[in-house]
Amino acid sequence: MGCSNRGVTKDANPARPADHDGDRRGTPVGRRVVLGMLAAGAAGVAAAPYLQRAYDETLGAAAQNDPTGLSGLLPAGGGFRYYSVTGSVPDKDEHSYRLTVDGLVRHRASYRLADLRALPQTRLVRDVQCVTGWRVPRTPFEGVRLATLLDAAGVRPEAKAVRFTCFDGAYSESLTLEQARRHDVLIALRMQDRPLGHDHGGPVRLYVAPMYFYKSAKWLSGITVTDHVQPGYWEQLGYDVDAWVGRSNGRDDVPTT
Amino acid sequence: MSPRPESAAAAADRPRVPRFTRAEHRVHRATGALMAVCVATAACLYLPFLAELVGRRALMVTLHEWSGILLPVPLLFGLASRALRADLTRLNRFGPHDRTWLRAVLRRRGARPAGKFNAGQKLYAAWLAGAVLVMTGTGLLMWFTHLASLVWRTGATFVHDWLALSLLIVIGGHVWMAYRDPESRVGLRTGSVEAAWARREHPLWRPGEGADGKRGPDGADGKPGNP
Repeated sequence: MGCSNRGVTKDANPARPADHDGDRRGTPVGRRVVLGMLAAGAAGVAAAPYLQRAYDETLGAAAQNDPTGLSGLLPAGGGFRYYSVTGSVPDKDEHSYRLTVDGLVRHRASYRLADLRALPQTRLVRDVQCVTGWRVPRTPFEGVRLATLLDAAGVRPEAKAVRFTCFDGAYSESLTLEQARRHDVLIALRMQDRPLGHDHGGPVRLYVAPMYFYKSAKWLSGITVTDHVQPGYWEQLGYDVDAWVGRSNGRDDVPTT
Repeated sequence: MSPRPESAAAAADRPRVPRFTRAEHRVHRATGALMAVCVATAACLYLPFLAELVGRRALMVTLHEWSGILLPVPLLFGLASRALRADLTRLNRFGPHDRTWLRAVLRRRGARPAGKFNAGQKLYAAWLAGAVLVMTGTGLLMWFTHLASLVWRTGATFVHDWLALSLLIVIGGHVWMAYRDPESRVGLRTGSVEAAWARREHPLWRPGEGADGKRGPDGADGKPGNP
């Protein structure tokens, strides 16, 4: 590099004693460290796929069985990550939870948890893919097909889309009616074969298997049938409305279904 | 907030020498504040228990992006200060005594000769400058997702995550060192340090030619030390 040559000529007399502010002479190590960091950063970006794979196969695999949970603090420590768009989310239980269905329907409805559990349950095991990059393999979700609730409500002919609202007070999502009727779209009550916990969006969340996970709205409290697609929370901030895994948001992840 | 009368009063019993100018003090304060916001919001985005506690993801992302992108700005403004440019030159240049200092630290014995900045401070400054640039670059790739293909963005995320962990450790060390040496903090806060401290910690430093870079005898060789 040219700059180090310059350094050498300037320091033709490196043995010069430190008085007369010898502080300001010498080898430009600082500059070399900065340039070295830039080179290392670029090399790291280029080598990341290989480094990531090596990490996943060794430490990452070990982290899956880490009882202390400390490995979760390491980058890409595996598993789910908690995202919430609001400050705090209330807890809802057996008594306080309600899921309402309204909008362009013949029969509005309000479901308690027990009502939802009494309906036919579907269990799906697919990968979960977040738009920020993390992926959790083979995660079981179980619940009521959204189509079941829509059929029970009697969707009016002019309906085109479904809007979802959440009891965190801020989040919302949307699907076209066609997407909402897919067999891999659930009103999920269980995840990983356990009741859905609060941190994972419990007691009830939406689960849209073929799309990026932001479509699977947590803390679901309202289903409204509408005549057009209303972009949800993240979609107003630039995310794709039709969030098919691998075919949207400029990403090419392996599809989850 | 005028440091000068304070140091004049202290000089009555214990002599003090100028170490940093107001401009340098402000650049350090602003950089420290931005870094604190950047690290705190990063923690709220990244650590599960903080994410659960704080939430407000969109706000955290905005704060993190802007505090991060603005991190180099105070230093760039500071380049207008001759004293700061002179100190950047000091941080950049390593003399034979710096090798001695590093060897003494690694072997945990022997004298540790240092100019205005010791070799550890010089390495810290350079490493941090490089790390901030890498974080800015990888951060921009993650921020403006259309800039690069997925492979590059995944790589950028990988480097951003691991370098963030290193930064946390290194900055923690920086804060710990400052915590253990109150006089060094006084130096940055008020602009001057005890002469005895300067002789002990930075024996090769000649404070007279120091803080504002005008009084240095090497002003004669006509190079203000542009980094």
